Parts: sequence; structure tokens; C-alpha cells
Amino acid sequence: MAKKPPASGLETSGHDEVMDPGTAVERSSAPQNPGLAPEHQRVTDLDEKEAKGMERRIAGFFLLSIIGSVFAAVAYVVFPIIPGDMSSVRLNNLMVGLGLSAALLGVGIGAVQWAKALMHGHELVEERHPTRGTEEARAAAVETFQQANKESGFTRRSLVRNTLFGALLAAPIPAVVLFRDLAPADDPIARMKQTMWAEGVRLTRDPSGVPIKASEVTIGSAFHVVPDGWKDLEHHKLEEKAKAAVLLMRLPVDELNEDPAKSSWSYQGIVAYSKICTHVGCPVALYEQQTHHLLCPCHQSEFDVANHCEVIFGPAARPLPQLPITIDAEGYLVARSDFTEPVGPSFWEREL
Amino acid sequence: MASSRSPRRSGRRHPLMGALLLVIGLFVTGGAYAAASTGIAHAQDAPIAQEALVEEGEKLFLANCASCHGLNAEGTVAGPTLIGVGALSVDFQVGTGRMPMAASGPQAEVKPVQFTQPQIDAMAAWVATLAPGPGMPDPQYYAADGDVANGAELFRINCAMCHNVAGAGGALTEGKYAPHLRDLQPIHIYGAMVTGPQNMPVFSDMNLTPEEKNDVISYLKYLDENPSVGGFSLGSLGPVSEGLFIWLIGLGGLIAVAVWLTARSN
Repeated sequence: MAKKPPASGLETSGHDEVMDPGTAVERSSAPQNPGLAPEHQRVTDLDEKEAKGMERRIAGFFLLSIIGSVFAAVAYVVFPIIPGDMSSVRLNNLMVGLGLSAALLGVGIGAVQWAKALMHGHELVEERHPTRGTEEARAAAVETFQQANKESGFTRRSLVRNTLFGALLAAPIPAVVLFRDLAPADDPIARMKQTMWAEGVRLTRDPSGVPIKASEVTIGSAFHVVPDGWKDLEHHKLEEKAKAAVLLMRLPVDELNEDPAKSSWSYQGIVAYSKICTHVGCPVALYEQQTHHLLCPCHQSEFDVANHCEVIFGPAARPLPQLPITIDAEGYLVARSDFTEPVGPSFWEREL
Repeated sequence: MASSRSPRRSGRRHPLMGALLLVIGLFVTGGAYAAASTGIAHAQDAPIAQEALVEEGEKLFLANCASCHGLNAEGTVAGPTLIGVGALSVDFQVGTGRMPMAASGPQAEVKPVQFTQPQIDAMAAWVATLAPGPGMPDPQYYAADGDVANGAELFRINCAMCHNVAGAGGALTEGKYAPHLRDLQPIHIYGAMVTGPQNMPVFSDMNLTPEEKNDVISYLKYLDENPSVGGFSLGSLGPVSEGLFIWLIGLGGLIAVAVWLTARSN
């Protein structure tokens, strides 16, 4: 470590360069090392009174830290968490947090201020030692490797070496098989293409599971629907809901513009569409009953319910899938079949 | 039986007991007669009072609403028909200040209420005579004393996508928006669910029962009365206000600290 005297003006670099006569450039045109700038004099360097004041301020930050630590401990006792009273949790967190913030920030600010304003401010130059090892160390390392090779026969006994490589390569095979088994056993692609809906499955209210009669769906209504039986599922409840969630709406029949091929999919202006956005799968349920627009809250895709849920704005690529519905003998709404296309966003194996 | 078991007690009746019984008897008879006669008087007054109310409502309607909704509430190009919307719809639209509208726009804005409650009741009574529609509910269904947990679940499923899970409101398409649901009168929350004002879907009693509506109202009132336990909620608007806060104040604060750490002391 070479300590330079302050304000020494121009300096040359620390070590003498050995110049190759063939490539050397004229030294007069080489960039000159400007050396260190004159040392910056702080107020605390010049005025002992200022330094004293700074000392007191820094001590003040450390005192604040002490007070903060004690306050945090006291506050934890004085503002206890009362079970059942959520506002007591808030008060407790606030007070303990204020104490701890003062404790930690006090130490930090005080330490930084001490280093910046009071510790000596001389600028230093520290030479980096060369990263390359000495010639002797390098030769010794090569010697060690060669000796080890000779003694172990690593290159000579190729059978031992190659079977060792084979053993190391085979070691991860059990892991691959074990981790593959964490994935669903049956084909995940097929599961993405089918939902709980099937012919005759009743449309029921979310979350009560009460079936819906067609007569109960008044014009302008929006029902949030799950398939009958979903409520009593024991496994994969959320996965099934994420695929089968449906929004049921009733529009005035004369405002509903239906595809003739799908005219039997609705019942007297009651239509059911998948609630899962075809963009990235957010639930689309912001239904405007006058404009018949459905808005996805995540990326503002807009679907026109009166027009087969076609996309009229936003990044979604396809209309929302429609669930074909009809009524059963008792007047309850039932599905005619599963969705005729996969619900939700695109995936690799989805045929368009 | 008591007298046969303890004959002495029956003999110790106060001498003034007879007079007292007589006075009580007179009061009961007189009170019953008075109640009966006022009941008859009310029964006779009711149709007359109702008729006067409807008449006043019609006058108010003609003076304040007919320019858009038509002289017979049949609707014009400027406003929809009010035939069949029911008294509850009038109570909601006028009682929250949405009607009469200040100017036509994407949707009617909340503003200071323009009428007194008796005037609103009069207009509601007149509109209710035009055709059957949703009437005023039994006060027990908006008493806000229901099951808060069930109300919160129903709110998350049916309402939160537009109105925000904390009832802070949210944007819809083309300038429309779902208003915030803070500090509302329970009857107006009930009215909005039943009548589906403007672009809000209808949640009739066949979708959410009156008890379930009371649960939803209880949840919203719970939100009004209980501050956020997480501290400063930044309007409960979610990622927009929270992201703005952390980008400006959080990252800005970190940059300021970095500048302070590396700056030379004066």
C-alpha cells in the first residue's frame, strides 16, 4: 500500500514501464497521468467548532437509536395484540415498527455521517498485485497434475476412467423418473380440453350450488355459475372451477344476434359463456347490461355478448367459448354438452 | 289453588284494591276504544293520503323529469321509459342524486340530492302506480345485521370484479365506471342490487335472496366501520396506486439515499 502525500499535483504511474522499442510511441503524445485532485477540505477539517457540532449530531443519531430500541420493546408491551381486535394489531405493528426504524436508521445514519464528516478524508492509491502466479508456482502446479495422473493411471487405465464417467452420467436417471412422476399421470393436454360440463349437468349458483331455473333469470341479470356437483368435489376443486366457471346473462331476445348454427345454444335470450379470458385466463365478469359488453379487468379485452362474445377491443385472440344450454323437464337450466372448444388461453397443443 | 292452600293471604287484600281494579279496568276499556277508533280513522285516511302522495309525485315528475322521460313516463330519445321500473328504482336514482342528471354523459354521476325524502317518496309512489315494479323492501333486509363472512364471499363472487374487493370502485369501458361503495345508505345498496341501475346487472331476489343482500350490505358496512389493518391502504386500488407509490417514493427514496451515501461531505 503506497500512501501518496496529499495535493502533490501531477504524478507518474507507480511502476516503470518496460517499452518495446518496436512498438513504443513517443512519450510526449501519450496521455499524462493527471494524478490526484487537490484534497477537498471539509468544514469539519477547517473548523474545530464545526467538528464538535458534527460529533454531537452523530452522537444524537446513536442516542436516537438507543431510544428507538427501548421504545420498540416498551411499545410491544404497552400496545399489546388483543386477539380478535385487528386494530390492535395495526397499532402494535406501527409502534414497534417506528421504534425499530429509529433504532436501525439511527445506527446507519450516524455511522455514515461519522465516516463522511469526521474520519480523515485523505485520498489513497492502492496498487493491485498481479493476478498471474509466479513461474515457480505455475510449474509446480503442472508437476502436481502430471504426478497425480501417473500415480492414479487416470489416462492409462481407460476402462476404469470410462466406467466412472458412465456411472456419473447414470446417477441423475432416478431423479428424472421421480420428478416426471410429479406431473399428472394421465395426459395433461386432454384435461385442458375438457371441463365438468356434460349433457344434462345443471347450472348452479356460485358458491351455494343451488340450481337455477330459467324463469329466475330476469332480463339484465348476471349469474355466476358453476356446474352441479362442483360444490361437493373433494379434490382439484379450484382446478375444476378455473375451467368450468361460467357467466350466465339474459338479454332481450331482439338484441341478441345469434349464429344460426348456434341458435339452439341459448334459451329465450339466456346465454352462458366461459368466464375465463382467452388471452391469459383472467375471469371476465365485468358485464355491462345496457351495452352487453364484457370487460376483462386484467388487460382490457372487450367482448360483445350480443354478438357471440366476439372480441371488440384488446389483446384476446378468440371469442369466449359459449356453453350450449337448454332446460330440463323441471325448468332448470342444464348444459347440452361440454364446451365445444378448450376454454381459456392458447396453449401449444390447442388446435385453432 | 293458592287461596285454598293459604286462606290467610286472601284475607289480607288491601282495602283500596277494589278501587284500583276499577280504575285499571276503565283505562283498558277506554284505551281499547281509542285505539279501535283511531284505527278506523287511519283506515279511512290511507287511500286519501296515498292519492295525495301520488298526485304530488305526478306534479313533481311533470316539473322535473318529464322533459327527458316523457309526459307519461313513456320515454323519449333523451331518457328511458319509467313504466315498470318501480318505486325502489326512483328511490335509488333520485335519492343518490343521480337523477335528475346534470348533463348527458357516459353515465349519471352522483351529486347532491335535489329533493327531500318526502318528495322522493311521492315520485316513487307515482311511478309505482304506472306498472308493477320493484317496491321498497322490508327494513329487516337492509338492517346490516347479517352474516359478514357470507356477505364478503357473495361480494367477491358477484360484485368485486367491478366494484373492487374493498368496494373502492373501478373503471369500465368508454368512460363508464363502477362507483365506490363507501359510506352508502343501506337502502341504496339494496336498491342498486335489485334494480340494476345503468350498466349494472340486475341481482333480483331470485339470484341473491333478500337475506343474502342483507349479508352483502353487512359486509360493506363492516368495511366502512373497520379501518384497513394493513395500515395505509393507498385507496385500496390495488397494483396501480401501490405500484406508483413504490416507483416514486420507494425507488426515489433509494436513489436519494444512494446519492447521499456517495456525496462528499461539505
